[in-house]
Amino acid sequence: MNTIPDHNYFTSPTGLKSWLLTKDHKRIGLMYLMAISLFFLVGGALAMVMRLELFSPGSQLMSADTYNRMFTLHGAIMIFLFIIPSIPAALGNFVLPLQLGAIDVAFPRLNLASWYIYVVGALFALGAIVAGGIDTGWTFYTPYSVQTEGAVVMMVMAAFILGFSSIFTGLNFIATVHKMRAPGMTWFKMPLFVWGIYATAIIQVLATPVLAITLLLLAVERGAGIGIFDPKMGGDPVLFQHFFWFYSHPAVYIMILPGMAIISELMATFTRKRVFGYRAVAYSSLAIALLSFIVWGHHMFTSGQSELAAMIFSFLTFSVAIPSAVKVFNWMATMYRGSISFDTPMLYALAFLFLFTIGGLTGLFLGTLAVDLHLHDTYFIVAHFHYTMMGGTVIAFLGGLHYWWPKIWGRMYSEKWARIAWALIFIGFNATFIPQFIMGSQGMPRRYFNYIDQYQPMHAFSSIGAFILGSGFLVMLIYLWRSVKHGPIAGSNPWGASTFEWTHASSPPDLHNFAQQPVCEHEAYPYDKVIFKSTNPYDAEEVNS
Amino acid sequence: MSTKAAHKPHILPLSVYFGVAFALLVMTVVTVYAASIDFGEWNLVIAMLIAIFKASLVALIFMHLFWDDKFLAIVFVSSLVFLGFFLTLTMFDTLKRDKIYMERGGPIVPAAVIYKASEGVVADSLKVDSSAAAGDSAQAADEEDTAASEDENWGFE
Amino acid sequence: MHTPTANTGHEERPEFLQHHFATVEQQRETSKLGLWIFLVTEVLFFGGLFCFYAIYRSWYPEMFHEAHKMLDVNLGALNTVVLITSSLTMALAIRSMQVGNKMWTQINLATTLALAGTFLVVKFIEYSHKFHDGLEWGKFFTNTQIDGTNPHIFFSVYFTMTGLHGIHVIAGMIAIGWMMYRTSKNHFSADYYTPIEMTGLYWHLVDLIWIFLFPLLYLVG
Repeated sequence: MNTIPDHNYFTSPTGLKSWLLTKDHKRIGLMYLMAISLFFLVGGALAMVMRLELFSPGSQLMSADTYNRMFTLHGAIMIFLFIIPSIPAALGNFVLPLQLGAIDVAFPRLNLASWYIYVVGALFALGAIVAGGIDTGWTFYTPYSVQTEGAVVMMVMAAFILGFSSIFTGLNFIATVHKMRAPGMTWFKMPLFVWGIYATAIIQVLATPVLAITLLLLAVERGAGIGIFDPKMGGDPVLFQHFFWFYSHPAVYIMILPGMAIISELMATFTRKRVFGYRAVAYSSLAIALLSFIVWGHHMFTSGQSELAAMIFSFLTFSVAIPSAVKVFNWMATMYRGSISFDTPMLYALAFLFLFTIGGLTGLFLGTLAVDLHLHDTYFIVAHFHYTMMGGTVIAFLGGLHYWWPKIWGRMYSEKWARIAWALIFIGFNATFIPQFIMGSQGMPRRYFNYIDQYQPMHAFSSIGAFILGSGFLVMLIYLWRSVKHGPIAGSNPWGASTFEWTHASSPPDLHNFAQQPVCEHEAYPYDKVIFKSTNPYDAEEVNS
Repeated sequence: MSTKAAHKPHILPLSVYFGVAFALLVMTVVTVYAASIDFGEWNLVIAMLIAIFKASLVALIFMHLFWDDKFLAIVFVSSLVFLGFFLTLTMFDTLKRDKIYMERGGPIVPAAVIYKASEGVVADSLKVDSSAAAGDSAQAADEEDTAASEDENWGFE
Repeated sequence: MHTPTANTGHEERPEFLQHHFATVEQQRETSKLGLWIFLVTEVLFFGGLFCFYAIYRSWYPEMFHEAHKMLDVNLGALNTVVLITSSLTMALAIRSMQVGNKMWTQINLATTLALAGTFLVVKFIEYSHKFHDGLEWGKFFTNTQIDGTNPHIFFSVYFTMTGLHGIHVIAGMIAIGWMMYRTSKNHFSADYYTPIEMTGLYWHLVDLIWIFLFPLLYLVG
């Protein structure tokens, strides 16, 4: 019979102060999880309102100006406050030290500090909303962002501060992976989740400072007209786009790499097989991290950058497809002849494969110079990045959340409702964004408040899809909430998985993670050599009935 | 990353520190002196070579990179490599804008509004730096300006 | 490669060893790695400004040459000497602690702090001259004596680069002051001086950046 240990990270010590001053990576991860979930709901609500507005042409709920502020906030909140910290800072914080067999991350105090910096950044973002919001789009392109009224400086400062939170998380994880591994855990015995987070951390550390200086310069440009980005002052707006995308293109890999990392983990656990081509998957994470730095110019094919540079960037862009494809093919090969169990996390992994492949391949259309001239700034782009960011990262995040949920709380969610929510999300997501691909290829520009009647049916279809998607999240919210108190007790290893957080730690883990220091004897996924007993309460039910 | 042996701090003799500082001061004098001589194209190269030499001394000896774990040196050099990506690829755009369409070399608006006596044609305000916005006629600049602002304001009617 | 992380709890653990590290050595190496990664972010943070400089210098080489003549090379060179000397005293402060000499650590730290202050004073004199001549940044630029297009951009570059560097000098001074306080409280010994070492690395980076700023801004060929 499974039990929840009396002393775990969640119950001892107790009291608000013990949470606010905690240096425990699990608690900090949980605090991040709360914060990002909150902002995900806010950003999602904004998206729902926008889809309602776009249901038919003309003004339904709001003015065009309000609409501009809405999509800017949706983008800025989802990018800076949700996706970037989602997997690394929330799940990564919780899982990474456990998977490495470490007591904590390398710098626990810095870890807590980065959570507080995140909160301060979030307060700045809320301040910008209260001060009237901004209408520049989350990209803050000059010269518009220099001219427009509104709380641009405040929002820019919010992103600046959030950037530091991200840098400190990345710094912490790199040091943790290098110096805190359990005895016997060599680089190629590390779980692939660790590899993915490590590659992500490299990007966070190398790219985010450039965003910081860019935003600082933008704020100074607004205040003092230093003439770097504003053409009126002799500056060059395309230069802003270079600066901005030098961070923000790698940033999309900050978002997707941890998602891929989770999928590798899920594939191994739910197919009961070693990950096919472990080393290739590990190296491809590093390759993606490296290549992500030299392709940013593909965001500027129509912005007036040198055509010669555009050709080179287009060529380099295709090269990113190679490591991404290496991963996808290796996951497919992992599933081949595996004993696949279709638990909820695996359903998300399969959804990821489907959606991310669409998202990735449409990225190649956009990376092709001539095609991009047609598709640039249309709904095709909107659909593309939602397929990668939401169909990729968010789906993987949900997969990871359902996978580690029993570890975090010690209890299972309702498998039945989880499958219903999964179906709603999968159907709703495709219904929302497939019409947007079609509309985009027919020329519907992104970020438009109004549109011609021709697009009405597809906009309506897309809006209905969005409501299905939203309802899926509501269902999820309810069953996850219920499971915390009432779910069946999960036991230490409900999935029969092989990594340290399942084999050596209780659910929920002890404040010091492990009763004894784990020692790494096998590679990360030795399913062909060792049998890992599952403690899943649902399995027991099946046997009994 | 050898952790087997107990750590003994690597203590350098005082003479090394003073020697390095002396070399740095001498190189400072050299770089100021070199700047007073015109080497043409090589001015920047010489100044940068001296700066790199000084920086290497500080990094290798004052910052102990020479004796520390080599991985730390890799970490530090990687920052310079990625800075290199940033600089070269960005400058590849800004310096090659006229490679295919001649009128597009240089910044989008040659001179800032603060130099204008009155609001008017941009290029009339000051004499345009010949080497900078080569080939920019006032008209081309104006066209570019409108095109750019349309480009930037997409989505905002 | 791998390092044990467990606190087995039986052997003697020094007071400064944090609970999640197994050995003093592991703690020290981890701190060092963390700080070097932080220095990487600093390099890229300044990198944006170096990029700003490089692009506008390549667009307006003559203007940069004309405008840089308004800067005072002597004061720039003086500040270079000041910073190099402060780097020396910082390195000596660490060495003094390595051999366990607290008094000389304090003297060297205090000298470093004084030199950092000198640097800022010289910078302040330079800035006030610039303001007096209307050589201010961006739209506040009012000087009319410089030939060439957009000379205000040179001063934007000058003020953003030296300004950000100056902020780092101030941050370094706070760190050095904190180290002096902790040294006086006997927190450090020949066995444990990692925080001073970390402060030193940071301070040397501030020096490194100045080593590049000086020729780029004051000695434009």
